[in-house]
Amino acid sequence: MRFKGSLLLFGLLFAFGAQAQSFEEVMNQGKIRGNFQIEAQYYEEDSTIGAQEVPEQILSNGFLNLVYTNGGFSMGVRYESYQNALLGYPEGYQGNGIAYRYATYVKDELSVTVGNFYEQFGNGLVFRTYEERGLGYDNAMDGVRIKYRPFKGLELTALTGKQRLFFDYGEGIVRGFNAELYANDAFEFLKESKTRILLGGSAVSKYQADQDSRYVLPENVASFSGRANITRGKVNVNAEYAYKINDPSADNNYIYKPGEALFIQTSYSQKGFGLVLAAKRNDNMSFRSDRTEGLQNLLINFLPALTKQHTYNLLATLYPYATQLNGEMAFQADLIYKFKKGSVLGGKNGMDIQMNYSTANNIDTTSLNDLDTKRNGYTSDYFDVGEVYFKDFNVQLTKKFSKKVKGRFTYANLVYDQDIIEGKPGAPKVYANIGIADVTYKFNIRNALRTEAQFLVTEQDNGDWATLLLEYTYSPHWYIAFMDQYNYGNEDPDRQVHYYNISGGYNNKGNRISLSYGRQRAGIFCVGGVCRVVPASSGLYLSITSSF
Amino acid sequence: MKHFKLFLTVIGLAISSLAWAQGQNNSIPEVDIQNLNGTTFSTGDIKNDGKPIIINFWATWCSPCKRELNNITEMYDTWVDETGVKLVAISIDDTRNMAKVAPYVNGKGWEYDVYIDPNGDFKRALGVNNIPHTFLVDGQGQIVWQHNSYNEGDEYELYELVQKLAEGEKID
Repeated sequence: MRFKGSLLLFGLLFAFGAQAQSFEEVMNQGKIRGNFQIEAQYYEEDSTIGAQEVPEQILSNGFLNLVYTNGGFSMGVRYESYQNALLGYPEGYQGNGIAYRYATYVKDELSVTVGNFYEQFGNGLVFRTYEERGLGYDNAMDGVRIKYRPFKGLELTALTGKQRLFFDYGEGIVRGFNAELYANDAFEFLKESKTRILLGGSAVSKYQADQDSRYVLPENVASFSGRANITRGKVNVNAEYAYKINDPSADNNYIYKPGEALFIQTSYSQKGFGLVLAAKRNDNMSFRSDRTEGLQNLLINFLPALTKQHTYNLLATLYPYATQLNGEMAFQADLIYKFKKGSVLGGKNGMDIQMNYSTANNIDTTSLNDLDTKRNGYTSDYFDVGEVYFKDFNVQLTKKFSKKVKGRFTYANLVYDQDIIEGKPGAPKVYANIGIADVTYKFNIRNALRTEAQFLVTEQDNGDWATLLLEYTYSPHWYIAFMDQYNYGNEDPDRQVHYYNISGGYNNKGNRISLSYGRQRAGIFCVGGVCRVVPASSGLYLSITSSF
Repeated sequence: MKHFKLFLTVIGLAISSLAWAQGQNNSIPEVDIQNLNGTTFSTGDIKNDGKPIIINFWATWCSPCKRELNNITEMYDTWVDETGVKLVAISIDDTRNMAKVAPYVNGKGWEYDVYIDPNGDFKRALGVNNIPHTFLVDGQGQIVWQHNSYNEGDEYELYELVQKLAEGEKID
């Protein structure tokens, strides 16, 4: 990596601190914090589940973050190590290095960051860099970012840099500008208004040289977005529209059609009741700092999936949805209601209900058949909805039965297009019904047993599944858990396999160590809305995390 | 190894940090996060008049986080009456789920101060890796304790520590 300047940077920072007082005095006014994690797995070959031999036998991922803050000043580094990366991690992660380092200072209304940074404009439709260490997702910028508040209520951000791609950079240069206006702070006549208004606008462009022999490609591609976030009492409306000029790329098969996205979320809530309605349309809106890249690499923007993010094993990892960058229309309704204590349904301890409905469809397109001429690709009616990619209706009841027993019961009905979402051509759509009972029994203040029984019933894909989880916790330090996932409905009797796993862990203050042994089903592993495909594996897994 | 010098610097920093840890100022780092209506909020403004503060990182997609905060809710009134403690819940939800935070908080009847850290700035500044992650801040605004993960019943240990802080005792 090209981080030769880092040493100089650190030297400067220390010099900066040392000029006024003694070095130690200055350091003592600040604080170093950070975290460390190492995950290692010993792999066993397991032909029953299709877990292949791993030549290294042991693989590991680790990192250490150090952040020093002192008033308005902070700097940090992250060392990462992949020896070699765990199975399912992006293969680009190999070896060791300083993958992240930065320095920031805030002086009155100005804030300056040099080095790596994560940033988001509005809802992220034109710009968002972020990290999900658990997935190996990291598109951090490396460059310069300036934030400035010329007067109360107005915030300006300008940035430029290149994006991280494993231990290297993407080819393109990214430049961005963002303005946020808090109207109630900026304008005297709105100061006392009950309506809180936030307006924002962004412009982001990328530069990448055109070295393509087939097409004449735009070397600079700009995108723009405008948004409003309005709150009045219990109601909130958040809407954003984004537009991108023509950006032929591997994602869109090098067509010259411009891209656009619309994102609207509204909510109403009061004590004991909450409702969210959301809609989204994105059309040809993949935006990367290298037009030839795919997967999760070098994405400049973020198009959130408008589906419920499930947490129960069978629901969360068998058929999770991820946004289709090339085109999608999605809707979601989410409701939460609390039946009061003493009411008919609430009973002695009350009861909560959560309902969620979401659907994601293709946009409706008409091909222009112009791939040999103008390459505009297709036209699309704004309000026409195309084929269903994903549907999810689910209900969750949470109920406390007594001081010792409480439960949460979930029903979900899913439609899932394997062909589109997982890229399995010709695979049938999956229609699945899922039922989950999650019951906790508290023996006393410290000891509790949580059990999950999950069933997934479907005629398609691998058929029916059941999961049983037993988790015993001894507060505040210990846990032990056993889980078995059983593919009892597989048409092929040889594949009616048990995926058992036993795990235990200890934690104290900021430190945690856990060990598990068993089988990991091939599937989709998601954190925070981004997913990756993980192959089947079997073996012993160790994880140590520490925050300080 | 090209970055050996830099690597040494990092290790040096780490060791130095341990040596300095005793006398250090361990106040809440100042970064910008968001109110539930999307406006900016500086974490330097997390204050509680010399009484203890609990800072808890959670997300709408994190089951143990929600179990923890829902369990605390049942006792929160008593906690506040007895110790004056304030719980600040920091959601790390991103755009996908941000709109669900306020309805969830109100729907569950939480009385905590809730903010959103969509860019992860506060999370990084405090060295948070996985959630739930809880910090305890004493009456002088110093972070004195932290805990990662949630086991059923952990709130009793947390409250014992809060009571100690409220009475001016040190915890280690």
